[in-house]
Amino acid sequence: MRQARDCRDVAGVPWQLGIPAAIGAGFLLLPLLALVVRAPWRSLPTHLGAPIVRDALRLSLVCASSAAAAAVVLGVPLAWVLSRPGWRGVGILRALVTVPLVLPPVVGGVALLKALGRNGILGHWLDAALGVTLPFTTAGVVVAETFVAMPFLVLAMEGAFRGIDPGLEEAATTLGASRWQIFTRVTLPSVVPGLIAGTVLAWARALGEFGATITFAGNSPGRTTTMPIAVYLAMESDPDAAVALALVLLAVAVGILIALRGRWLDTP
Amino acid sequence: MRDIGLRGPVLEAAPRAQVRLGRSPLSVVGLVGSALVGVVAVAGCSGHAASPSGSTGSSASRAPSGASSAATGTITVLAAASLQESFTTIASAFEQAHPGSKVQLSFGPSSGLAAQILGGAPGDVFASASVKTMATVLDGKAASSSTPFAVNSMEIAVPPNNPARITALADLARPTVKTSVCHDAVPCGAAATTVFANAKISVTPISEEADVKAVLTKIELGEVDAGLVYVTDVLAAGDKVGGISIPAAQNTTTTYPIASLTKAANPALAAEFVTYVLSADAQKVLRDAGFAAP
Repeated sequence: MRQARDCRDVAGVPWQLGIPAAIGAGFLLLPLLALVVRAPWRSLPTHLGAPIVRDALRLSLVCASSAAAAAVVLGVPLAWVLSRPGWRGVGILRALVTVPLVLPPVVGGVALLKALGRNGILGHWLDAALGVTLPFTTAGVVVAETFVAMPFLVLAMEGAFRGIDPGLEEAATTLGASRWQIFTRVTLPSVVPGLIAGTVLAWARALGEFGATITFAGNSPGRTTTMPIAVYLAMESDPDAAVALALVLLAVAVGILIALRGRWLDTP
Repeated sequence: MRDIGLRGPVLEAAPRAQVRLGRSPLSVVGLVGSALVGVVAVAGCSGHAASPSGSTGSSASRAPSGASSAATGTITVLAAASLQESFTTIASAFEQAHPGSKVQLSFGPSSGLAAQILGGAPGDVFASASVKTMATVLDGKAASSSTPFAVNSMEIAVPPNNPARITALADLARPTVKTSVCHDAVPCGAAATTVFANAKISVTPISEEADVKAVLTKIELGEVDAGLVYVTDVLAAGDKVGGISIPAAQNTTTTYPIASLTKAANPALAAEFVTYVLSADAQKVLRDAGFAAP
C-alpha cells in the first residue's frame, strides 16, 4: 500500500515538500513569466536599437564582472578569517560585514558618499592627495556594486570554509606544509564549488544593483547608467521601453548562468 | 605510519567535493532568482515613502459631532515628491478640520505615481508636479478633470560653502563645475532643460538624477557644485543648501494640478480634500513653502 502511494508522488517527493516547493517555484517564476508574456514584443526592436541600451548593457556587464572580481579578491580572505574558530571579535565582525545585506541599498549609497565621496571621511583625503573622486565615475559604480554584492560571497565562502574537514588541514600541517601552502593547496581546492556559487551570486547581485549605484555614482549615460538605472528611468517616461530593457537584462543574466552551468558547474 | 592513517580522509574528500559541485547549479539559480526578485522589490518602493506623520490629527476623530456634513474615513493621496513638506502639513490640518477623516500620503516622482495610478494602484487623490503627467492620467480615464493649485519655478542650489563660487546660471556652463539635474523624463529635468535653453547656455551635467530630492541630496553632501531644483526645495532644505535665484526671463514655471481619481474608494472625502487644497488655509501653507498662486 505504502509503495503504491509512493509511486503516485512525482519523482518520490513527499507532498509535504512537493506542494510548498511548487508554490515557491511558482511565486518566483510567475512575475518573470508575466514580464515575458506582457512584453511589448512588436516594438521591441525599436527599443533595443537605441544606443543607450548597448551602452547600459556593456556598462552593466563590465561593472558587475569587476565587482564580482573585487569581491573574490577581498571577500575570500575575509571569509577565511571569519571562518576561523576562536578568534576574538570575529562574531561581531561577521555581523557587521553582513550589514550591507539588510541595509536599504539607497542608504548604502549615502554611506558610501559619506565615506568615499568628495567630502567623505576617506574620499576627502583621496581627492586632496591623489585627485581621485569616485562618485559619478564608472569606478564608483564598481565600488557601489562591490559594497552590496560582497557580503553574498563572504557568506557563501564562510560556509564553505567551515565545511572543510579540519583533519585535512591538520594532516597538511603534520606533513610540514606552511600556512600559505595549506590555504592554496588544501583549503582553496576543497571550496571551489562554494567559490563558484558565491561568485555567481555576487555577480548577479551586482548586475541588478540599483539603489546604491544611483545614489553613489549617479546617472550619466555611458559612464554610470547601468541597465537597472536605465530601466528605472525608462519607467518614468515609457514603461514599455522599461520592460524591453528589463527583458534584455534577464536574457543576458539567464544566458550567462546557463552557459556557466554547462561549462563550470556540471563538469565532474 | 602516521601519514598512511591520515590518507583516508584526504582521498574521501575529493568525491565529496564533486557531489557538491554537481548540485550547486540548482541552489545558485534559486538564490540568484530570489536576489533578482529582491532587487525589483527594492527598486519598486524606493521612491514612495508613505508618511506616518499625516496621522497626527487622528486623535480628533473622537469628536465627530462637531463636524458639519463632512465625509469621514480614509483617503490615499498620491503626491509629487516636491509636495512632501507642504502636503504633510496640509493633510494634518485637513484631518483636524474634518474629524473622523484620515489622510494617507504617498510621495514619489509624478510620472511614477501616474504609472501606478494607470496600473491600477489604489488612490483617491493625485497631485502632480506637471500638467503633462496629469494629462496621461486624464487620458487614461483615471480622473475626469483636474484643477491647478500651485506654481513652482526653478532655482540654482549650491552647497552652503558654495565651493565653485556660483553666482549665476552662466557659471554652470564652466567645464570644471559639477552640475546635477533631474533626468529629462521627470518634470524637474524637463524644466532644467528649458532653463538652460532660455539662458542659451550648454551645460553637461555630471549626473541626471531620478528625482529632485536626489539632486538635493548630492548638493547637501557637497558631491556636486550646483544643481537645478525647485524654489520650494531650496526653502525646504533650510541652511543645508544655498539658493541663487534665476531671473524670470530665463526661468520657467511648472503648474501643479490636483484631481480626485475615478476609482477613489472614498470619493466624497477625496472631493473635500481637493476643495481644501484650493482653500485659503492650504494655499497659505503652499505660499509659505515657496509656491506661487496658479
